[in-house]
Amino acid sequence: MASKVTTTQSIDLARARKNTRKERWQSFWSVMTQNKAAMVGAVIIGAYLLMMLIAPILAPFDPYDISLEDKLTPPSMEHWMGTDDKGRDILSRILYGSRLSIGVGFASVLFGAFFGITLGLIAGYYGKWVDTIISRVLDIMLAFPGILLALAIISALGPGLINVTIAVGVFSIPLFARIVRGSTMEVKKLEYIDAIRTIGANDFIIIFRHILPNVMSPIIVQGSMRLATAILSAAGLSFLGLGAQPPSPEWGAMLSSGRDFLFSAPYMAIFPGLMISILVLGFNLFGDGLRDALDPKLKK
Amino acid sequence: MFLFIAKRLVQIIPVILGVTLVVFLIMQMVPGDPAAILAGEGASQDTIEQYREDLGLNRPIAEQYLTYVGNVFQGDFGNSLKNKQPVLDEILLRLPITMELAFYSILITVVLGLAAGIISAVKPYSIRDVSVMVVALLGISLPSFWLGLLLMYLFSVKLQWLPVAGWDGPANIILPAVTLGVGGAAIVARMTRSSMLDVIGQDYIRTARAKGLKEHFVIYKHALRNALIPVITVVGLQFGSLLGGTVLVESVFAINGLGRMIVDAIRTRDLPMVQGGVLVASLVFVFVNLLVDVLYRAVNKRIDLN
Amino acid sequence: MSKEVVLQVKNLKTHFTTSKGIAKAVDGVDFTLHKGETLGIVGESGCGKSITSLSLLRLIPSPPGKIVAGEILLNNKDIVKMKEEELRKVRGNQLSMIFQEPMTSLNPIIPVGEQIAETIRLHQRLPRKKAWQKAVDLLELVGLPSPEKRAKQEPFQLSGGMRQRVMIAMALACTPEVLIADEPTTALDVTIQAQILELMKDLQRQIGMSIIFITHDLGVVAEVCDQVAVMYAGQVVEHRNAKDLFKTPLHPYTQGLLKSLPNIHENQEVLQTIEGSVPSPYDYPIGCRFADRCPHAKEICREEAPELLETENENTKVRCFMHTEKWNSIRQEGELVCP
Repeated sequence: MASKVTTTQSIDLARARKNTRKERWQSFWSVMTQNKAAMVGAVIIGAYLLMMLIAPILAPFDPYDISLEDKLTPPSMEHWMGTDDKGRDILSRILYGSRLSIGVGFASVLFGAFFGITLGLIAGYYGKWVDTIISRVLDIMLAFPGILLALAIISALGPGLINVTIAVGVFSIPLFARIVRGSTMEVKKLEYIDAIRTIGANDFIIIFRHILPNVMSPIIVQGSMRLATAILSAAGLSFLGLGAQPPSPEWGAMLSSGRDFLFSAPYMAIFPGLMISILVLGFNLFGDGLRDALDPKLKK
Repeated sequence: MFLFIAKRLVQIIPVILGVTLVVFLIMQMVPGDPAAILAGEGASQDTIEQYREDLGLNRPIAEQYLTYVGNVFQGDFGNSLKNKQPVLDEILLRLPITMELAFYSILITVVLGLAAGIISAVKPYSIRDVSVMVVALLGISLPSFWLGLLLMYLFSVKLQWLPVAGWDGPANIILPAVTLGVGGAAIVARMTRSSMLDVIGQDYIRTARAKGLKEHFVIYKHALRNALIPVITVVGLQFGSLLGGTVLVESVFAINGLGRMIVDAIRTRDLPMVQGGVLVASLVFVFVNLLVDVLYRAVNKRIDLN
Repeated sequence: MSKEVVLQVKNLKTHFTTSKGIAKAVDGVDFTLHKGETLGIVGESGCGKSITSLSLLRLIPSPPGKIVAGEILLNNKDIVKMKEEELRKVRGNQLSMIFQEPMTSLNPIIPVGEQIAETIRLHQRLPRKKAWQKAVDLLELVGLPSPEKRAKQEPFQLSGGMRQRVMIAMALACTPEVLIADEPTTALDVTIQAQILELMKDLQRQIGMSIIFITHDLGVVAEVCDQVAVMYAGQVVEHRNAKDLFKTPLHPYTQGLLKSLPNIHENQEVLQTIEGSVPSPYDYPIGCRFADRCPHAKEICREEAPELLETENENTKVRCFMHTEKWNSIRQEGELVCP
């Protein structure tokens, strides 16, 4: 008898949750589609993702094909972005490089989000000394200015694209953890969490089925903003020669080799940088819109 | 106020210890034998053992850490693997250059950012506001290392107004400082604008207008001072990414600052140098944050209540 | 016996353009304020009384708000038509205002004395020191203990009642002819409320100014007001002497309001309420705006909009067909549907 009551109650709760989530999604969608800037951002991001997928179809040349007699030709009908110092087609390299540059960004944010969310949930949910310890660790991570923590990690792990991904990802952990911790603490105080506990839900169910969905919106906003920074940081580290190594067509690495030819062939540096800038712009536009749509308090 | 500063000073001790721990762990995370790395490539087994003994690398890790912290607080950051000179000497040579660059950059961040933010907020949704905000959005989207190259191409290569690289005179400072400061300026501008708009909608601004004050009095005396309070925190945080940004900008403009020292040291696997550089930069950031906290508190006395 | 008119508002309309359409928050407000008198503007929240008060000083945020019609005559000069420069000389000087929220209406980071003194410097061109001294005197006048010390403090160091006293001191700084008080006591404790009301009455006697008192609280009106203008759906529906209004309310809405007041002399079991709801400011009916809720409504009330007309008693105005001569000859609603 008692178990029957429990089931109906939890079904009702689940349905109510589903409905509110549906409503929230609908209102979110309508706000987003009305926000022109956010839509422009979404289109830019979409175009880049498409470019990642169909780079081999779009690329007119082999990105690694060296042809020294064609080196350093300015943009032309044949080579829209010119060729580099080894005669490789810059456009083709940029198209292939999108997979590396964007991929590293996404991978590092996923890495940071996974550990950050986990730590934040644990700290916010359990509180007390667990929270104290995790919060202190996060404080220490945030005490490193800018990409210096990433640099410290790379100095230990050694240069390379995978290590750059980890290093940039580690830098995202405290940012996710802080937001999730705060939201978790707020959600935990809500009465319905107590109600669910009394009908027999355990910590695991409460955290993953009830608290996590409630803290999703700040995570998504932060994720979008972090993607922009992550792509910038990863490209920056490659630019310093600590990430992707030549002949990789990663954009930061391309920019780095273009620097040596700034006088004679500026297009070698201009196009990779332009590609990074437009993508980051897209994420920033989209992130601004997301924030407005998901957090009405901040809307002006 | 004095009590507050004392309290904050005590609070940053664990943070500083944590930072030294992370920096210390760099060495432990390196694959391979730290003694072999410190002895340098091609060192004989005897030399390696000698290093292990001298540096105490055969003792427990906790003890090694305590020794490391003790050394650091006595100003001993170890010796460079490359030239065997004390790391601290090199840092003391490089740090002033980076601090000078950081100073001019933060100046640009604050002055340019505030001006742009105010210009925007005074006439929201006007053409002026929209164009300033579009520029600010570009400002936060351009990678500093690319912007640096573009500026260098334009002003040094094409127009030949400014020197390409180096750190010899005031003309050398302009491009790197602008490159490094613009991103922060864009963020400060966006923050100032939204803070100003928020304040302009407050009841006390209506009161000021009801008194018959001129509009520029309302804006500068009543609105701006309140709007600046949250901006202070943003500027403080901006200083951190600016300090990180010196790594890139110093590399672009071939400036022999702390940032470039760290990057070069990573390339040559000169680990004590990396440790020293990262540690010093982080300590600078921790103390700047403390300064910002104190400033914030001085401006916003209402925190007393909490 | 007619007294000198200080402020006269004629057919004031303040509309807001929003994404949902045009909100006619104030849609034809008329009232007259005599020298030395206190006029209460009463109505439910959303009836447009606060927007009316802000319109008087042209403090409506624009966009979205705009005064689209009407006149606000202060000593026969129309505030609506004034240039910015001229308007600034009136604000805080001849016409000043106290706001509802003393907690948020003072600048949080400027000492309260300076906030008063700057008004004095602005309008009376006094040097800094003298203006400050006057600010301290004003704080003493409004009954703030140790005014010299308080003047140097920032608002967060003062209680709500003290802040409202500061607001009053600020409003009185240049001895205005008209003081507009927009729910000045709503945010305060009941005991503080009484003190502030007493203070305002006292100061009015000393300075001889006129007061416009905006409130939803009929009890406060009975206590401080000489004249009353009752607002409903953006319009004044009844405008007359306060004593008469409480004795014999004329407009059905006023009658309903008074019936819904708790009365300590009678042993009421249930408080009466007015049935129905206020029409939306985006879409007012063609006829009388109260018709849907009115127990006396006839067909004409839905077809024609009544005007604010003077009745046989002098200085008594009401916006209702019931008090016109033709009322009794009009058939009831539903009566004689077929010719």
